Amino acid sequence: MSASSAFNDEKGGSSSVGEPEYGHDPASGGIFSSDYKRHDDLKEMLDSNKDSLKLEAMKRIVAMIARGKNASDLFPAVVKNVACKNIEVKKLVYVYLVRYAEEQQDLALLSISTFQRGLKDPNQLIRASALRVLSSIRVTIIVPIMMLAIKEAASDMSPYVRKTAAHAIPKLYSLDPEQKDQLIEVIEKLLADKTTLVAGSVVMAFEEVCPERIDLIHKNYRKLCNLLIDVEEWGQVVIINMLTRYARTQFLNPNINESLLEEGSGGDKTFYGSDEDEDEDEEEKEKNAEAPAMAKRKPYVMDPDHRLLLRNTKPLLQSRNAAVVMAVAQLYFHLAPKAEVGVIAKALVRLLRSHSEVQYVVLQNVATMTIKRRGMFEPYLKSFYIRSTDPTQIKVLKLEVLTNLANETNISTILREFQTYIKSMDKDFVAATIQAIGRCATNIGEVRDTCLNGLVQLLSNRDELVVAESVVVIKKLLQMQPEKHSDIIKHMAKLTDNIQVPMARASILWLIGEYCEHVPKIAPDVLRKMAKSFTNEEDIVKLQIINLAAKLYLTNSKQTKLLTQYVLNLAKYDQNYDIRDRARFIRQLIVPTEKSGALSKYAKKLFLALKPAPVLESPFKDRDHFQLGSLSHLLNAKAGGYQELPDWPEAAPDPSVRNVEVKDSVFTLLERVTTLTSVPEWTKCSSREKRKEKKVEKPFYSDSEGESGPTESADSESDSASGSESGSGSEESGSGSESVESEEGSESEEEEEDEEEKNKKKKKKELKKPVQESESEQSSEEEERKPERKSKQRKSDSESESDEEESESESSQSESEDSESEAEIKKKKKAAESKPPTKPVKKENKKEKKEMSLLDLDDFEPAPSPQVTPVNTFLSNSLVTDLEGLSLSDTVLSPATIAPSSALKNYELLHRITGEGLSVEYCFSRQPFSPDANMVAVQMQFTNNATSDTKNLHMEDVKLQSGMRVKEFPEIELLPAGETAAAVMGIDFCDSTQAANFQLCTHTKKFFVSIQPPVGELMRPIFLTENEFKKEQGQLMGMNEITEKLTLDAKCRNEHAIVQRVTTAANLSRVPCGSDKECRFAGRTVTSSSLVLVTVATKEEGAAQLTVNCEKMLIGTMLVKDILLALTQ
Amino acid sequence: MIHSLFLVNASGDIFLEKHWKSVVSRSVCDYFFEAQERATEPENVPPVIPTPHHYLISVLRHRIYFVAVIQSEVPPLFVIEFLHRVVDTFQDYFGVCTEAAIKDNVVVVYELLEEMLDNGFPLATESNILKELIKPPTILRTMVNTITGSTNVGEQLPTGQLSVVPWRRTGVKYTNNEAYFDVVEEIDAIIDKSGSTITAEIQGVIDACVKLTGMPDLTLSFMNPRLLDDVSFHPCVRFKRWEAERILSFIPPDGNFRLLSYHVSSQNLVAIPVYVKHNITFREGSSQGRFDLTLGPKQTMGKAVESVLVSSQLPRGVLNANLNPSQGTYTFDPVTKMLSWDVGKINPQKLPSLKGTMSLQAGASKPDENPSINIQFKIQQMAISGLKVNRLDMYGEKYKPFKGIKYMTKAGKFQVRT
Repeated sequence: MSASSAFNDEKGGSSSVGEPEYGHDPASGGIFSSDYKRHDDLKEMLDSNKDSLKLEAMKRIVAMIARGKNASDLFPAVVKNVACKNIEVKKLVYVYLVRYAEEQQDLALLSISTFQRGLKDPNQLIRASALRVLSSIRVTIIVPIMMLAIKEAASDMSPYVRKTAAHAIPKLYSLDPEQKDQLIEVIEKLLADKTTLVAGSVVMAFEEVCPERIDLIHKNYRKLCNLLIDVEEWGQVVIINMLTRYARTQFLNPNINESLLEEGSGGDKTFYGSDEDEDEDEEEKEKNAEAPAMAKRKPYVMDPDHRLLLRNTKPLLQSRNAAVVMAVAQLYFHLAPKAEVGVIAKALVRLLRSHSEVQYVVLQNVATMTIKRRGMFEPYLKSFYIRSTDPTQIKVLKLEVLTNLANETNISTILREFQTYIKSMDKDFVAATIQAIGRCATNIGEVRDTCLNGLVQLLSNRDELVVAESVVVIKKLLQMQPEKHSDIIKHMAKLTDNIQVPMARASILWLIGEYCEHVPKIAPDVLRKMAKSFTNEEDIVKLQIINLAAKLYLTNSKQTKLLTQYVLNLAKYDQNYDIRDRARFIRQLIVPTEKSGALSKYAKKLFLALKPAPVLESPFKDRDHFQLGSLSHLLNAKAGGYQELPDWPEAAPDPSVRNVEVKDSVFTLLERVTTLTSVPEWTKCSSREKRKEKKVEKPFYSDSEGESGPTESADSESDSASGSESGSGSEESGSGSESVESEEGSESEEEEEDEEEKNKKKKKKELKKPVQESESEQSSEEEERKPERKSKQRKSDSESESDEEESESESSQSESEDSESEAEIKKKKKAAESKPPTKPVKKENKKEKKEMSLLDLDDFEPAPSPQVTPVNTFLSNSLVTDLEGLSLSDTVLSPATIAPSSALKNYELLHRITGEGLSVEYCFSRQPFSPDANMVAVQMQFTNNATSDTKNLHMEDVKLQSGMRVKEFPEIELLPAGETAAAVMGIDFCDSTQAANFQLCTHTKKFFVSIQPPVGELMRPIFLTENEFKKEQGQLMGMNEITEKLTLDAKCRNEHAIVQRVTTAANLSRVPCGSDKECRFAGRTVTSSSLVLVTVATKEEGAAQLTVNCEKMLIGTMLVKDILLALTQ
Repeated sequence: MIHSLFLVNASGDIFLEKHWKSVVSRSVCDYFFEAQERATEPENVPPVIPTPHHYLISVLRHRIYFVAVIQSEVPPLFVIEFLHRVVDTFQDYFGVCTEAAIKDNVVVVYELLEEMLDNGFPLATESNILKELIKPPTILRTMVNTITGSTNVGEQLPTGQLSVVPWRRTGVKYTNNEAYFDVVEEIDAIIDKSGSTITAEIQGVIDACVKLTGMPDLTLSFMNPRLLDDVSFHPCVRFKRWEAERILSFIPPDGNFRLLSYHVSSQNLVAIPVYVKHNITFREGSSQGRFDLTLGPKQTMGKAVESVLVSSQLPRGVLNANLNPSQGTYTFDPVTKMLSWDVGKINPQKLPSLKGTMSLQAGASKPDENPSINIQFKIQQMAISGLKVNRLDMYGEKYKPFKGIKYMTKAGKFQVRT
């Protein structure tokens, strides 16, 4: 307590300056009684009805927690507020709860039900945060609940919730390791997830829970590689580190041949002559050239998956995140063929510009790398030069790197640089420099003498530390060739008068003793002097004096016998028992007495044995058995939880385990759409010509065409690799989020286009090549593909509901139901879908009712005026277009008449179980909302299934994204049991698919609900002539245009069906068109009136092309997805 | 991964703690304090300190140590980079990242930390997303909040994380649509005693301030992209496009961000814009030393060298300096022995100089070390590498934005050895 009160005093001082909040702080009083009183104060505030008071109280409590004060006694008061409406209060309560739940488990259980309710919320973000907090409460009793919640969330339709589920896994695991098996199942499931959002988190969970289950990765390996570039940066680090380990177990050592050819650093140089990353082809040639030399061995061929990993991680060297760069660097260091490791040097050197902590870690790793692969950092030598402003620890590490980099060619520059360092004011650094010089001298024979001379000059330095360090280093150097340097030994003997640093004195004495035969005259004199000062010396010096005396006694007993006796006598009574022991031992050994044993005969051999020169080596030697970039590597000790980097396998395990059977094609298409948003379409259009040229230049791109372009297949890299290569070939796909094989279908479409062009060119050139050939080629290709695709579809159909939902949520989270995945709803939904003919009738009935009620309501509020008039204009308008259309083609059906009647899809707003009897459905009526033209009209249908009446049905507490507006429906005063009522509300979605959240209130209850529009409902039909359409379309080219190829569902090959499906998916109107191969639709977004143009061009056999032109790129991309879905299912 | 975080101020007090997993006693910081005592300078505290049960990974920013407690293997850079991101976020939110600012906003800090890490694993670190979750405090908002009792926490849950462009928030609106780009180049150089360049390289960044409505898609191209040797990008930049065409194509985050940092290829000779004539001598036996420094412009392409600041750590033996600047002011701190001279703008006609004597400790021998001189300067409207932006185009939105590009050259780690 005393410590904390001192802490308080300190706080008290500062609190008066700039933080009034702290003045009131209950904990800053410091006296117990007032402390309790203040806490009562807080409790009172927490119990009050006012949110502002609660918030104030929570803020103070959080401030207490932040400063490490104990606030646990407030637990009951705080936990009550867990269901508070105010978001900030709620969040702060969560903070408190997570902090103290462990201490007050029983009370914490009170809050669980709130989170359980949150898990069922229709809003994905609320579900996510409920799971987050629930899993953070470390109360063992709720483990089963957590397990259940995680399992459910893992199959949630929202990727964000699934991400949270992945985060929750390690939490539960640390709480109860017994759950491991079940958790692994969840991890396995989540690993199969295809969204970038989930990938990083689940791999993190994998690493914490079951890093040994490497087999779980097989099926997901290629997907992870391909997703990698789009994963958020922290996830990238985790995935890369895991894949490094994976690759070590699955692939062969790419350097297996080289390691046999040349060992050590000498051979490196030829390899790293140029630091640029060598072309793959070159590398291949190199391999081929080596092959004859390695005739006995099987030539090494890199596994295409291994190559895939290397290629997909390389762009990440350009990341702004140092951790990602380091992760890639270590991956290359551990996995890449020697010739390719060089690419990482540049990126690592770049990191040296970063914060000093980053430099510290990077330099440690660079130091390890420079020992193994000196060549790759040699061009960057100057980047490691030291500035006087660097912190000492950075200086020392840079010095280490410079020393490692030193070789015959650059040693002179390095030594010159070292010379300036010696003059530095930072003495620790100077000492390190002298050590470094010593190491350079031992490693490079040519400069040994120069270094030695330099060091000897330092002996006359004024700074004692410098001299001492030099002595120590010289001692080590002299051991290599003592006979040559007796003058230096003499010089050093003279220094004993001046040098006071014990280590240096000890070193000199040892040197003189060891090489006393080189300085026979001086040695006894030194001993004389030392004997005089013996009592005042430090312990290590005393020990060396005894050693010196012993050695001299053995070689020159005449002169030194008495001195030795004297020294040994002094030592006998020394305070240090070490010295006393040494003296006794030596006396027995060297002074011949009758008692002395056989050993004394060998005394000379013992003392003057030839000692091997010490090897000065880097402390970073052999550190690379730790995975680089890891904590263990940095500390050079195994940290807890460190996963050893396995050795390369002797023979590669079966690579086919990574094959993934082809799955849903719909998803593929959707993926492509999303990637299109991140990579602009105009690139493709405008620069197609350019790209073609590039393709010729770059061998990389030609790979993808290896299969189709017969001319290029000859020089494409390697056949085995080309399959996986196709991913990188297309730059549009943003490094390919596709999973190789399964995506080939969609990939090739683009290629086809290019190919087509190419073919055309070829035709022009060759003139003779018949047109049909190329086309038949294509069509045959297509035919081959078709059955495959169909099977894909069938599979995806039979795929569990979750998959479908996943893709839906991907597209726009159009459906907000499902939070409760009760089979009932699904059945309903399915039934509704499967019975289209009966449905419209029902709806029409409903509609009539609605309209009636609307008319009634008009008396109360002017808001939703009768929609008859606009409908009329709507229809008449369509008539005009129909007439226009008629002249062009008589088969055109009036789209407008189809659209509103059949397209209305009902969505559930409130299920009758959650609504406790009240069920609410809504649909987008597709009729102009007359009070505000910018709003989308939403028709709601309330049904009271309960036995009692519901009163005062109205909405409250509308929560919207900025810019969005809502026109509430008029209050329904009474809804008798069993009755149904309808109302219309308007929502301005601002052309986004953000959900509008609000509360539906009855006289007793409140329900949180949200309405999220499918993108197709965000527009209203407009009428354009064909010419207008073409004109507008011409203005919306480039990135505003999105084109997709698709295969039409068997049931919708005719025009009528297409029109119906498109108008069902989106509120658009048909544009008359001369050709029966094309269907065109037009509309404007409701809020911003941006044009939306849709074209479906059909070709034979169900192939079709969908084009959407829209100023709003996001709307466009989402619309493409929706229409695709509508047309392909 | 990250277990707990402690914030330690310069005097060694823990003034904030946050735990993401079970609570770690603050006594674990004792190991850190030990290391801090051993280190002579504040920046010499090792970033990674092993203790019997934990590992402490710390960064020092704005004289505050951010000490993260780790229990098991984790890439140290991962933690360090994250801690720096935390500091950047604080700076972004509060303008400064000082002890006082953190204490004033302790609740916002807590809320931020809560969002940034989940169970020790980074969750939302993108500033655009965080700002949607938790609104940064401004004076106006603080006032409004105290009156109305409303909060800093966003009413709406953010959408950015769910979209395909996680770094940009949706529904951005501005009346003036503007996009500014600052090309800032820094020269790192070591000049030796005789004035010849030992090493010199140019590091540049392009910082952007983009305030554009909607979802703009920008492309920025250079006249001479070949100059760029090594680049690192904000995640918004499309890498493939850069690889293929050397064009930066991106949907920008809203507000300020660093688009790109680059290194100019070392093959190009670096023009050194200033030269220094120096004569710093100490005589044996005398308690006086001479100090003589003259600066001059060199290779500046006609642009003025501004905001010149010269600093030098004089040897420990120097007691005081009695100098006479021809322009600007100088200060000498007798405790740290730091001499700094604020020169201002260099006038090529009348070169600035600083002359005078230094008094040494009586009887002490002459210091044999030579102080090195650090120089800071700025040159406006010039990128020393010659990098030029060719054009900036916007797609995806209809309006015409206001575009601006500014060039500047600065001294980075520019050191002259004497």
